[in-house]
Amino acid sequence: MFLDRFWANTINGLSYGSIYALVALGYTLVYGVLQLINFAHSEIFVIGVFGVYFTFLALGFQPGQTPNVPLAGIIANLVLAGAVGMILAGVAAVILERVAYRPLRKRNAPRLAFLITAIGASFVIQQIFRITRGSNPEGTIRLLPPEPLFRIFGAPVTNLQVIIIVAALALFVIADTFVNRTRLGRGVRAVAQDPATATLMGVNRERVIMITFLLGGLLAGAAALFYLMTIPQGAVFNGGFLLGIKAFAAAVLGGIGNLRGALLGGLILGIAENYGQSLFGGDWRDVVAFVLLVGVLMFRPTGILGESLGKARV
Amino acid sequence: MTTTEERPAPSSGTPGKPGRRAELSRWWNARSRPQQWGLLVPVAAIIYLLPVLNPPIITTEPATSFPIALFNAAVFALIAIGLNVVIGQAGLLDLGYVGFFAIGAYTAALLSSPDSELGVRFPWLVIVPIAMVVTMISGVILGTPTLRLRGDYLAIVTLGFGEIVRLLADNIDPLRGNRGFQDIAKPGGTYSDGSPIFTQNDAQGFYWLAVTIVIIILLFMGNLERSRVGRAWIAVREDEDAAELTGVPTYRFKIWAFAIGAAVGGLSGTLFAAQVGFVNNQRFDVTTSILYLAAVVLGGQGNKIGVVVGAFLVSYIPDRFQFEPEYRFLVFGLALIILMIFRPQGILGMRQHLLTYGRQAYQKLFGAGTGVAPTSLTPASRPAGDPPEAVPDDRSGSRPQGGGE
Repeated sequence: MFLDRFWANTINGLSYGSIYALVALGYTLVYGVLQLINFAHSEIFVIGVFGVYFTFLALGFQPGQTPNVPLAGIIANLVLAGAVGMILAGVAAVILERVAYRPLRKRNAPRLAFLITAIGASFVIQQIFRITRGSNPEGTIRLLPPEPLFRIFGAPVTNLQVIIIVAALALFVIADTFVNRTRLGRGVRAVAQDPATATLMGVNRERVIMITFLLGGLLAGAAALFYLMTIPQGAVFNGGFLLGIKAFAAAVLGGIGNLRGALLGGLILGIAENYGQSLFGGDWRDVVAFVLLVGVLMFRPTGILGESLGKARV
Repeated sequence: MTTTEERPAPSSGTPGKPGRRAELSRWWNARSRPQQWGLLVPVAAIIYLLPVLNPPIITTEPATSFPIALFNAAVFALIAIGLNVVIGQAGLLDLGYVGFFAIGAYTAALLSSPDSELGVRFPWLVIVPIAMVVTMISGVILGTPTLRLRGDYLAIVTLGFGEIVRLLADNIDPLRGNRGFQDIAKPGGTYSDGSPIFTQNDAQGFYWLAVTIVIIILLFMGNLERSRVGRAWIAVREDEDAAELTGVPTYRFKIWAFAIGAAVGGLSGTLFAAQVGFVNNQRFDVTTSILYLAAVVLGGQGNKIGVVVGAFLVSYIPDRFQFEPEYRFLVFGLALIILMIFRPQGILGMRQHLLTYGRQAYQKLFGAGTGVAPTSLTPASRPAGDPPEAVPDDRSGSRPQGGGE
């Protein structure tokens, strides 16, 4: 049974893992620069999910039915919805930083205070969605019905999986290039490595922090689009919670603060979960994820690629 | 004793308030132990009498039974005291503390519920030590492999542990998932007229029991703080590497912190299970764990009275202000943000005592009555306030400061 579904699980795991990886990048970026677990990042992701969902509604799609739109139209709509989700999540991340973290930074608060405001912010965002949209999941809108495109070792690969994996990899490459090759990215790395010296060398720390949050939010918004395309349940107010924990687990698994580690951790987590699901049954899916996390950290206490954003050299 | 006045503290709130507070604490510290005890007895008496007095403004009725609200707050306080050992004293960021609470509650359920497959029905007093030992062992089991991790890695592993406990309760058949266990043992005892003291409907007896346990545990923790173990914890919290280099076996003391914290968590779990009389998988999610953490940080980590206050607020405010249920968490979230921005060190921030013979030594050196220590080890004066700027050049993934400041 497990061997029969091995390749199917691998491919499915890769597409889930890509979503984890995109969210994990947000955690890892913020952690790299601020040494801060941005607990509210999962809610930034949820803002992206609702952004994409409302864009679908505004474009005239209804939950339930798969519309009959030509492929080019679907792609245009997906890109548009994804862009809205990304922008909303990016802006929300920047606002979150302004409201919840910057005042604390100004006051030299202890580290745990940041964690608590993050938790507070995540409650607030969750409840806003709960109050306005209720606690039932919104219906799912599937613009693109999954169709097998080709087979790998007998396992069908659907168009959705291809889109998600390719797009996630592309976004990762863009983010990685941005951090490692551009001037602004150099600023990010400089602040991650040594904020005091970076400031003395003329890096605008506040701007770097803003860019970091923006970038993380944009990636979470993109993940939101893929999430709505593939995950069975629709947008729901607390939908980010488990995904956020898993994405954070993925970031830690790869070595938090390390962009490539986040990608690797996400993919490994996604694949392991799918293997675990087919080995032990669907109920054990999440257990496998956490046991894997604990297991890996025991042998590699700083994650698989345990180096920080600041130490990454090009 | 350091006062807030002496801090360079941009972190304190309004300028007038800490002054008064400092004066109060100076006055308090100038009292001798018996005097302090004498002052505390009436306070304790009022605390015990609260459910009987049912004071009009403070009461949570009619929405929530006031004794039950008080009992929940007392259990929350107990949890916060246990978690404070791990986070506040030893500086280990534990996000999965609810796991220990759950293990305590489930141990009580398995050993006493007729739904349990073990087929035993132990009385409550037998269950409590068993549950504490079981949670202590699980604390050691969790701690042994993971306590070599630091800071946020430890946080996520403990978070994973809490989730694993919950998911096991969901998925293992003998733990009965959502159906849960009914009719869990509660303490015996009757009033003089023969009616039982401990009942599910009226939590008054349970509240008195919980407050008594809280006081006992507070005394125990106070002694522990002043002991070699407590000093070792503070050394680990302040600088793990320095502690290790000066001969503190940090690993062993971290496991001690985990085990003792876990045992208190297990105790609160059994207490809770006894009052509710029912345990299922619904109460042990990570959000609950985070509320525990919020109680500790809100009250002022490291200060055991502070965390009791924090726990009381986190548990009591939602009961007292029956907002539309939807708005409860919204208000709670906003309150967390605002409180942290204006008092990042918590309501009653941790202040450093000179340890063990501190009071006597101080009074010998500087005369009685001032109670103010000359050196300042307060969090605000340590350079660790703003992580990125304060971190020394060793930035290899894990932060040298550990996670629990």
